[in-house]
Amino acid sequence: MTETKEAQDVVLRLSGITKRFGALTANDAISFELARGEVVALLGENGAGKTTLMNILFGHYTADEGTVDVFGQPLPPGLPGAALAAGVGMVHQHFTLAGNMTVLENILLGTRSLWTPGLGRAAARRRVQQLSHDFGLAVHPDARVATLSVGERQRVEILKALYREARILILDEPTAVLTPQESDALFETLRKAVAQGLSVIFISHKLHEVMAVSSRVLVLRHGKLVGEVATAETDRHQLAELMVGAEITPPAPAEARPGATLLRLDKVSTPARGNRTGLRSVDLELKAGQILGLAGVSGNGQGALADLLSGLETPSAGTMELAGAEIPRWSPREALAARIGRIPEDRHRTGTIADFTLTENAVLESYAEAPVAKAGWMDWSAARRAAEEIIETYDVRCPGPETRIRLLSGGNMQKLILGRVLGAQPRIILANQPVRGLDIGAVTYVQQRLIAARDAGAAVLLISEDLDEVLTLSDVVRVICEGRLSPEFPRGSKTPAELGQWMAGQGFDDAA
Amino acid sequence: MRLDPITAPSPARRLGLPALALGATVLVAMGLALIAGADPLATLGLILKGAAGSKFALLETLNRATPLIFTGLAVSVAFRARLWNIGAEAQLYAGALLTVVIGTQLGLPGPLALPLMAFGAVFAGALVLLGPVLLKTRLGVDEVVTTLLLNFIMALFISYLLEGPLKDPMGMGWPKSPALPRDARLPRLIEGLRLHWGFGLALISALTVWVMQTRTTLGYEIRATGLNPEAARFAGIPVGRVLVKTALISGGLAALAGFSEVAGLKGNLTADLSPGFGYTGIVVAMLALLHPLGVVVSALFVAGVFVGADSMSRAAGVPTYIADILLATALLFMVLAILLTKVRVVRG
Repeated sequence: MTETKEAQDVVLRLSGITKRFGALTANDAISFELARGEVVALLGENGAGKTTLMNILFGHYTADEGTVDVFGQPLPPGLPGAALAAGVGMVHQHFTLAGNMTVLENILLGTRSLWTPGLGRAAARRRVQQLSHDFGLAVHPDARVATLSVGERQRVEILKALYREARILILDEPTAVLTPQESDALFETLRKAVAQGLSVIFISHKLHEVMAVSSRVLVLRHGKLVGEVATAETDRHQLAELMVGAEITPPAPAEARPGATLLRLDKVSTPARGNRTGLRSVDLELKAGQILGLAGVSGNGQGALADLLSGLETPSAGTMELAGAEIPRWSPREALAARIGRIPEDRHRTGTIADFTLTENAVLESYAEAPVAKAGWMDWSAARRAAEEIIETYDVRCPGPETRIRLLSGGNMQKLILGRVLGAQPRIILANQPVRGLDIGAVTYVQQRLIAARDAGAAVLLISEDLDEVLTLSDVVRVICEGRLSPEFPRGSKTPAELGQWMAGQGFDDAA
Repeated sequence: MRLDPITAPSPARRLGLPALALGATVLVAMGLALIAGADPLATLGLILKGAAGSKFALLETLNRATPLIFTGLAVSVAFRARLWNIGAEAQLYAGALLTVVIGTQLGLPGPLALPLMAFGAVFAGALVLLGPVLLKTRLGVDEVVTTLLLNFIMALFISYLLEGPLKDPMGMGWPKSPALPRDARLPRLIEGLRLHWGFGLALISALTVWVMQTRTTLGYEIRATGLNPEAARFAGIPVGRVLVKTALISGGLAALAGFSEVAGLKGNLTADLSPGFGYTGIVVAMLALLHPLGVVVSALFVAGVFVGADSMSRAAGVPTYIADILLATALLFMVLAILLTKVRVVRG
């Protein structure tokens, strides 16, 4: 950081911000400055205090101590309207748009009195189109928001902020919901914004994005600002260590020793459901002691394959064999009985029951069997012991087993699911996006556990949209596209670019 | 203004707000009495006295609470699984019908007839809810519509039976069924007190439901299905079958209200057996936050309001409609109080 920053160049100054929630100090005397025309990345694990800090800046929370100055003027605390008026715009992780209204109406919402005749639409539309053009935010002003993709909705959120003449943009985990292509487009927009003198605070825990888009990185840990480095003078490894506070060793799995085939799909097809692609005559073998990584752009049949292995879907054509025997009936219960461990894609919707306690969630897949149940009666002390064992073994950070799981962070929720799945000692593991949305510490942990399970003889199917993850972990890679599977590619036999071509659909033999 | 979630509400908030809701309800009642031209405090006193001021009043309240405990339990069991059973009224009448048919047509001796009547009632009530739940699980038909409409079908069906095949030949033309023989009636709970065993059965049912929900795998399955059916299905819980079981239990409980009213109190079946016990059961269950033991308390409260208002109306000349308004306001304030224990209103 340069000490000789010109005074007028500082657009935002936070001084000694402290915020306590009961015994927890979410922000501990945090101070930093944001200059005109720079992108500062705010990096930190879940619960490090990033969102709290931004909520204080934006007036959602009032700081216990410390001040915020915008363009040299102190910002009155606790008033989101004041932050908006001072030129601070925030794009939340969860969008705040009205789906039944058009893009233009959403942008105008709250900017003028409802009594304005016609809301001054004509002039507003011209301005929105100008902004769209200037910042590369292509979206039609008259499109209904409900019909837009996630990436387009984000553009509307950014346009909303720009329309209100925001000079400082805060983006909270903006790429969590985007495809790689959409992320690239977003970065291009940010570059244009910065070139026009705007300043950006970019909250993320994806290191390669931070490296790509920011000029300076602030690292938060346990509510404290533990590092401030120029992006050019650092690397991903150093940032990861600053963030976690310990040395990070990326998983480096040893050579696999594949054993017997545990699951075989032979020309299996499944029906398409709604927008979801089905499988088209898929052959697949999962071998003991091997991680098979499935790469592919989201929505190309990953869901159908995951549901098939989970027991939620049955083949409409072809055969499915478990350990050499064809399956007679198929349901989640049968899948569990066949010792398939399932880590679902959506831990909030399918993996856990938010209002159940950790204990109740820990036994979700074993509640009907001994020792948790005897003749239809629950043994809650046995269930509690099971939960305590998972909490202990998998380092789930929580107040206790009787806490409702909704209060846990995503990473800790995922650790509980992991413990529940691996504790049953599955022979086959379906890991569908197992590290999505987790911070680095948790990512490494989950990946190491999967490798350990492989080494113990489990067959692992890893489904991920993150090609880096697939390449790091998999012994064998296959690509899914429009419900078809590519041939098996052994570790290291294909470059990411070559796999990218398969992901785009090149190379598939349609006659097959 | 916006709402901030409260993760761990303080005891003051958890207990104080419902108490405040009750206080607000009382204030509304006093206001209404004032509008009706009566002395508010005296009116309130008369309601209290009418509900619990004497042995007779108290027994009347307990008797009135009995069917409400059953229908309240029926609703709370179903709502836990997010099965919106609005048809407790129909299930109650189905239970009453089988009670009367078995009790009057088979000519069984009392010790044999009573259990058979109860089982018949439970079976009939369960059967009434089986149709809607199968339509829901198989075809996705909204059970709110089917259970609600079944109430009217059942009411008309009972009317037809009471004018036709089930009409009491000795009834002097009134649409009512023949009366149960003496030995096919529920005995008094305590000798000499006008309180029948239906109340005891209601308390036992509440306790049983509570144990079922908290201690059995079925209770776990029901709660999981209600809170997140997608996660429940993924975890191997047979969601469809759980809903069917829930429906059978819920329908059976509502039918016991009919059994208990006929065999314990009225002795025969008429078309006005239930002044909306099935619907009031929804209020009872909601006031109890779907807790089976809470249902007992809220049923006593609701019954007390009705009985007390009846007696007050005779003395003070304030219409008995005040009871309905009281319950409605109590429910609204309680819902608000529950919301405010979960979220905090923040300005700005």
